Amino acid sequence: MTGAPVPGSGAAAGEAARPEAVRRLLLQRASGLLRWETLLLVVLALLVVEGTRLSKFFLTGPNFANLVSAVMEVAIVALPMTLIIITGEIDLSVESMIGLSGAIVGSLWAAGIPIEVGIVVVLIVGALGGLFNGLLVTRLGLPSLVVTLGTLALYRGFAQVILGPTAISSFPAGFTAFGFGNIPGTTIPWTLIVFSVLSVVFLLVTHRTWIGRQVFAVGKNKDAARYSGVRVGTLKTALFVVTGMIAALAGVILAARFSSARADNGTGLTLVVVTIVLLGGVDINGGKGTITGVILAVFTLSVLQNELRLAGVSSEYQGVAVGLLLIGSVTAPYLARQARSYSDRARRGRQPPAGSVERGEVV
Amino acid sequence: MSAEVSVRPAGPGIGSRFVGMLGRSRELTLGGVIVLLCAVVSFQAPHFLSISNLSQVTTLAAIIAIAAVGESLVVMTKNIDLSVESTIGLVAFVVADILRQKALPGPAAWAAGIGLGLVLGMANGAIITLFRVPSLVATLGTLSIFRGLDFFVAGGHEVNLADLPPGYSDAATQSFFGVPLFVILAIIVVVVAALVMRLTPFGRQVYAVGSNAEAALIIGIRSRLVIFLAFAVCGLLAGVAGVLWGMEFGTIYATSATNVSLQVIAAAVVGGVAIAGGAGTVVGAAVGALFLGLINNALLLLQMPQELLQVIYGAVILVAVSADALIQRRERRLTAQGAIR
Repeated sequence: MTGAPVPGSGAAAGEAARPEAVRRLLLQRASGLLRWETLLLVVLALLVVEGTRLSKFFLTGPNFANLVSAVMEVAIVALPMTLIIITGEIDLSVESMIGLSGAIVGSLWAAGIPIEVGIVVVLIVGALGGLFNGLLVTRLGLPSLVVTLGTLALYRGFAQVILGPTAISSFPAGFTAFGFGNIPGTTIPWTLIVFSVLSVVFLLVTHRTWIGRQVFAVGKNKDAARYSGVRVGTLKTALFVVTGMIAALAGVILAARFSSARADNGTGLTLVVVTIVLLGGVDINGGKGTITGVILAVFTLSVLQNELRLAGVSSEYQGVAVGLLLIGSVTAPYLARQARSYSDRARRGRQPPAGSVERGEVV
Repeated sequence: MSAEVSVRPAGPGIGSRFVGMLGRSRELTLGGVIVLLCAVVSFQAPHFLSISNLSQVTTLAAIIAIAAVGESLVVMTKNIDLSVESTIGLVAFVVADILRQKALPGPAAWAAGIGLGLVLGMANGAIITLFRVPSLVATLGTLSIFRGLDFFVAGGHEVNLADLPPGYSDAATQSFFGVPLFVILAIIVVVVAALVMRLTPFGRQVYAVGSNAEAALIIGIRSRLVIFLAFAVCGLLAGVAGVLWGMEFGTIYATSATNVSLQVIAAAVVGGVAIAGGAGTVVGAAVGALFLGLINNALLLLQMPQELLQVIYGAVILVAVSADALIQRRERRLTAQGAIR
C-alpha cells in the first residue's frame, strides 16, 4: 500500500533520502503482494462484463443471490484452509466432514432431536474430527497429506454407516430457508452473512493478531518459529480443529441448501476449496497468502461457475474448468517469476551498474 | 537390529539397509496378517477359500495391484498421483467405445488404451516437472480434468456389454492351471517392476530422489527426469488397469472407477511404501492390494455392511502410517544410542 507512491516520488528528493535496500523491499512487496490481488480484481471485473454480455439477467439481484449461495459452503471452508496451507499443511478430509456432518444432522432430526441440538452436536464432531487430524499430524509427525487422505475415507465411511443409501429430506422450513433463502426483503442470502462474518474474523485474526503472525512464521520457517517460542504443534492442531468445525458448519449449510442429507453430500468439494485458496494467491509451499485474495477468489470462482451455467456448460464439465484453474493458479505465478527473472537477467546483462533505474522500471 | 545399526553409525549405507529391512518386514507382517485373516474368515464362511471365490477376489485385486505398482513408484519419489482413478475410468471407457464402434481390432484397442494412459501420465509428469506444480495440486486438478474428458467422451451414455464384440470380457474369467489370467499379468508386472527397481540405475535413482532430492541432484541424478518417468510409468500401468477394468466389469459408465485412487494409494501405503518417499517395494504394494481385496470380500461373505469398507480403508491407511512412524521413531532412538556407544 505504501509502495504505490514511492515510484512516483522516486525521481525526486525521496530517492536520495531513502536507503536503496528499503526502497527495493517496498517495491518488491508492492509488486509481489498487491499484484496478484489486483490481477484477480481485473479478472473479476472482466468476468462481470462478460456476464452482462451473456445474459441480461446476470446483473440482477436474484442471480447474484443464486451465484453467491452456490459457493458459500466451500467459501467458508476456504478461510481456515488458507491458514492450514500457509503453515505448509493440507486438509483433504473437509469434503468428507461436510458429508458426515450433514448425515449426523439429518439422522438426529429424523430421530426427533431438534435441529439446533443437531447443529451443536455436529460442530463438536467437526472439532473432534479436526483434533484427530491435528494430533496425528503434530504428535506422530505424519504428513498431513496422508493423514487427511486416510480420514477422507474414514469420515466418508462414517457418513455411509450412519445413513446407508437413504436420504433424509424432511427438514423443517426454517432450516432449509437458512440454506437457500434470502434475508426478507433483500436478495442477500443468509449464508452470505455467515461468510461475511467469518471473513472479517479471519481477516483480522490473520493479518492483525499474533496468531496470524505465528501462522506465517511457521509457514516460512518452522524451526525458526519453534526456536522463537511458537508452539508449532499446538498452533497446527488448533487450525485443524477450526477447519473441522467450519467444515461441519458447511455440511449443515449444504444439507439445508439441498434440503437433503445424503452420505455422498460434498463429494469432490475439497478440490474446489483448494482451488479457491490457491487462486487467491496463497503459496502452496506455505508462508505466503492473504485472506483478501481468497475472498476475491471466492467471488471470481462463483461468477465463473455462474457464467459457465449461463453458457450451458453442464456441471460435469465445470470440473474441468476448476481443475484447469487450480493448476493454472499455481503455474501462472511460477511462469511470471521465470519471465521476470529472464528479463531481469537480460537487462542486467546490458547495463550492469544501473540498479535503481532498472528497479523503478519494473514497477 | 540395534547392533547392526551401531556398527555403521553414519553414511548412506544405513538408510538403504534400514529401508530394505523395514520393507521386508512389512511384507512379512502383511503376509502374516493375510494368512490370519483368511483363517478367521474361512472359519466363519467356508466358501471363502473356494477356487471360484478366490479367483474372483484375486482378479479384482490384480487390477488394483497393477495400478498400485505405478503409484508406488510415484510415491517413492516423494510425490503422489491422485488422478489414477480418472485415468483408469477414461481408458476403460475409451477402449470400450473404440470396440463398440469397431474402429480397431481388440489388441489395437487395448494398445490404444495403454497408450492413452501413458499420455495422461506424461501430462501429469510434465505439469509437475516443467511448471513446478506440487504433485498433490497437479493431480488433484487432473483427477477432475481427466474425469471431465471421460464425461465428454461418454456424452451421457454408457457402454453395455451387449454392445461389445463377443468374447470381450472372456479374459477376465480365463485362467491357466487354476490361476486367473489377470493374476498372472499382475505377477508379471510386479516381477518386472521389482527387477527394474532392484537392478537398474532408474530404480536406484527413484529411491535416491525420494529420500533426499538435494543429495540426488548433487551426485548428478536428474531428479525431474526421474519424477517425470515415474509419472509416465504410473499412467501407463493405470492404462493397463483401465483396459482390464473394462474387461472385468463389462458395462462401463463415465463414472466408472470413482474412488479407486484411494484404494490404490491405500494398497501402496499398507504395503509399506513410505508416503514421505524413498522407501518401500512394489511387491509390498501388490501384497497391499491383495490385502484390501480380501478385506472387501470378507465383509461381503460375513454379511457385514458394505458401508464399513470406506471406514476400513481409512483406518488401514492411518494404522499403517502411524505404525511406520512409531517404528521409525524407535529405530532413530536406537540409532542415536548406538552412535553414542
